[in-house]
Amino acid sequence: MRYLPLNNNDRAAMLAKVGVKSMDDLFTDVPKSAVLDGLIDLPKHQSEAAVERYMSRLSGKSISAGSVPFFCGAGAYKHHIPATVDHLIQRSEFLTAYTPYQPEISQGTLQTLFEFQTQVALLTGMDVANASMYDGSTACAEAVVMATRVARGKKRKAVLASGLHPHYAAATQTVAQYLNIELVANASVPGNDSATIDQIDDQTACIVVQSPNVFGEIIDLEPYAEAAHAAGALLIAVFNEPVALGAIKSPGEQGADIVVGEGQGIGVGLNFGGPHVGLFACRQKLVRQMPGRVCGETVDANGDRGFVLTLSTREQHIRREKATSNICTNSGLCCLAFTIHMTLLGEAGLRQMAEVNHANACDLADRLSAIDGVELVTETFFNEFTLRLTKPAADVVEALADKGVLGGVPVSRLTGDLDDLLLVTATEVATDEDISAYEVALKEVMS
Amino acid sequence: MSMNNQGRPTAPSDTMTNAAANDVTTISGNKGLMQAESLIFEIGTPRRTGVDFAEAKAVKSRLGNNARTSEIGLPGLTEPQAMRHYVRLSQKNYAIDLGVYPLGSCTMKHNPRLNEKVARMPGFGDVHPLQPESTVQGALELMHELSHWICTLTGMPAVAMTPKAGAHGEWAGMAAIRARLDADGHTHKRRVLVPESAHGTNPASAVQCGFTVDEIPASGDGRVNLAALKEKLGDDVAGIMLTNPNTCGLFERDIIEIADLIHSVGGYFYCDGANFNALVGRVRPGDLGIDAMHLNLHKTFSTPHGGGGPGAGPTVLSDALKEYAPLPFVVKEGDKYRLVEDNTGDGAATFGRMCAFHGQMGMFSRALTYMMSHGSDGLRQATEDAVLNANYIQASLSDVMSPAFGGVCMHEALFDDHFLDDTGVTTLDFAKAMIDEGYHPMTMYFPLVVHGAMLIEPTESESKGELDRFIASMRGLAIKAKAKEVEFFQAAPVHAPMRRLDETQAARKPVLRWRPEVVDAAE
Repeated sequence: MRYLPLNNNDRAAMLAKVGVKSMDDLFTDVPKSAVLDGLIDLPKHQSEAAVERYMSRLSGKSISAGSVPFFCGAGAYKHHIPATVDHLIQRSEFLTAYTPYQPEISQGTLQTLFEFQTQVALLTGMDVANASMYDGSTACAEAVVMATRVARGKKRKAVLASGLHPHYAAATQTVAQYLNIELVANASVPGNDSATIDQIDDQTACIVVQSPNVFGEIIDLEPYAEAAHAAGALLIAVFNEPVALGAIKSPGEQGADIVVGEGQGIGVGLNFGGPHVGLFACRQKLVRQMPGRVCGETVDANGDRGFVLTLSTREQHIRREKATSNICTNSGLCCLAFTIHMTLLGEAGLRQMAEVNHANACDLADRLSAIDGVELVTETFFNEFTLRLTKPAADVVEALADKGVLGGVPVSRLTGDLDDLLLVTATEVATDEDISAYEVALKEVMS
Repeated sequence: MSMNNQGRPTAPSDTMTNAAANDVTTISGNKGLMQAESLIFEIGTPRRTGVDFAEAKAVKSRLGNNARTSEIGLPGLTEPQAMRHYVRLSQKNYAIDLGVYPLGSCTMKHNPRLNEKVARMPGFGDVHPLQPESTVQGALELMHELSHWICTLTGMPAVAMTPKAGAHGEWAGMAAIRARLDADGHTHKRRVLVPESAHGTNPASAVQCGFTVDEIPASGDGRVNLAALKEKLGDDVAGIMLTNPNTCGLFERDIIEIADLIHSVGGYFYCDGANFNALVGRVRPGDLGIDAMHLNLHKTFSTPHGGGGPGAGPTVLSDALKEYAPLPFVVKEGDKYRLVEDNTGDGAATFGRMCAFHGQMGMFSRALTYMMSHGSDGLRQATEDAVLNANYIQASLSDVMSPAFGGVCMHEALFDDHFLDDTGVTTLDFAKAMIDEGYHPMTMYFPLVVHGAMLIEPTESESKGELDRFIASMRGLAIKAKAKEVEFFQAAPVHAPMRRLDETQAARKPVLRWRPEVVDAAE
């Protein structure tokens, strides 16, 4: 077997050194009733070529984003990732390293984490960031739990604004249900969200507001920040698309206390939803309540600058049942991909990328909303907008797929209702031909 | 000195060979292949970029009043600069591909590159989670197929695929237990028993599900103290979280009796599957009476650790718990695959959604590739080799180091620091000296039940020759320690990219990001 270096001579010599006769003697602690004598009923080993052929055929049974005009978003975005990014994250030294527990031989990972934390802090307009979370939705859930810690457990209420991605609200509800946190969730509807601010009271630990929200609308966070702070609550700002922050005001500028979001749009592929990379940033004064791994600067015995994992007294391996979170892993390789892509972009590149995204989305929105039976619902947006259709959006998306266009995400897929709403995204990968193809196909489907 | 015809020396001179490498300082700060490398914030600029875009179309902005007006401050690099920056940084990392990485309970095995190739196939890596189901049948089939392999290898009826890491899987298992208890009206059952040798994530996960934690002491042979466990049993017990093999590298001999005891008080048995690499193809957890167990695809099934993630923690569930599984999950109807995404129909009893989409597809494709490559025969052989390698290390070091417990171990060998008694050398010093020998240190100071613990897990990926060289280094260091060469150990590492780092300073005055130095206004 190509992955196993020992041969039978090695095994015999090693068993002799151990002082046993056979492999079975190494498993004598296993209760007799649980010992498997033969092989488990699964196929036997296969050559690399055979496995690759099988997987290649399986891969061919799906329609990939890059092979068709593609306009899906709703929390995962198709962007061009420079070849350099994928090459570098496959360097053995990054790919096959563990968590940097021995900093003297892990400075590669640690320095990139320090760069990542700084990039995330700059992008969100916050003081500090952690070394990433599983994804945006789990980061959102952890932020709400953190807000109740900041309130020393005295305030147990969290208000979720109506534009929060329904999956983020659901992931937060899942965690909150066993921690005695009361969630006030507002139904997902585009447009007016006056309820959230009225729901803030002296029991409220935080409000959670997404911008651009799940419908693509850009939300002015300042009124939410003022209302939250007036009641002694925190504003948790959420985003799904990091590229948007190259075009719109940062949540930090607008008064957010904690910022969480999905970082996949920079450097990480769609991957059918995972792995992605959760971003988590906050104000300096909250840092000791922040969940997740953090990398910090220090010096070595020679006085040279270096980096280590730090503030581990918050974490489960030290604090056990008193930890701020049970999280152990971060999204290591994905945050490396984020960092490399962001370094390649730089401020100038990110802003240009954002500008192209926005322009393509504006062009597409204008052309689609000129079709009979199609109305643009979102007045402001970045690269994603909502259309109201005179036919059920799920049916329209299926009909578009039959015509070779992946035309967006029906809102009903996320909410179970709002059947007439369709989320549409255009990024820098949408060519003029793609946009024209969508326009033609939608005209046919709506007629 | 010998010279060639052009006057070029062809052999090192005496002065060259005598110079101690560490005394040489360079003008650049580089040390040959080891390049000094600043932060991107010190070498990049906001105007520089390594990505070219087309001109944006002229459109009327729809950003409203929220267009960004402030500078972000993000530096950029051109492609050749970025390539060099990150390659230089990569060379400051140890990696499995460089040498033995024997971190106990971490299962640092070889990461086959076919896995990487498959994960990047467009039907897995470039599909969107919310595409119409008719356009992602291949991706759903892969998830379904991997579920079948996982259920068969564990002997369990169901698996929740969405947990994104081991601790996330622990949470999923405990949440399923909590949901079942709540559904049965057993709201008084809130106490979870956790052995003191458990991973720190276990008690943390239990608490995050609203349980309280009650520790069970270990017995003298490194296993759960059965008598102490019996004393802790009561009607308020929700379950137990037990790692098997445990973190001492030992199989819990009484595991079936433990399962029966927990079930006898109406509790459930959570097994931490971090150490499943010792069991695959040899023991099915389903035959041991467990109700829930997470798998670390990034440990047992060879998906890369990537410097700390991403992981994947699919969690197998017993018949008693499976209807509470998190959303979404894949079902097969006829020859079509479908996602259950809401709490109706098959998902009616779910404890909820754990993340935005369907779990770690990128890890699923890698793990299934690994499983199919090994097959049932290769997986069993890998398990045997992993256990043999650990026992070989234990047997080869037991006369100079101090094994924590007697007898054979499973996939990892645990030593304590008694062999360092009165030497002045600590486990930490010993670990740092291993770095100079060219090895990543083992897991140290864990499990907590053993003083100065050293937990060595070689995995099946090491050849006998590599193990013999590793053993020779360990024996040599043990002998040096016993000779009380304290200064040698306390100075280590001297051959690493950095000397020992000051973790106390990092925690006392946290510097968690780069900031520009304040420039004097007069400049």
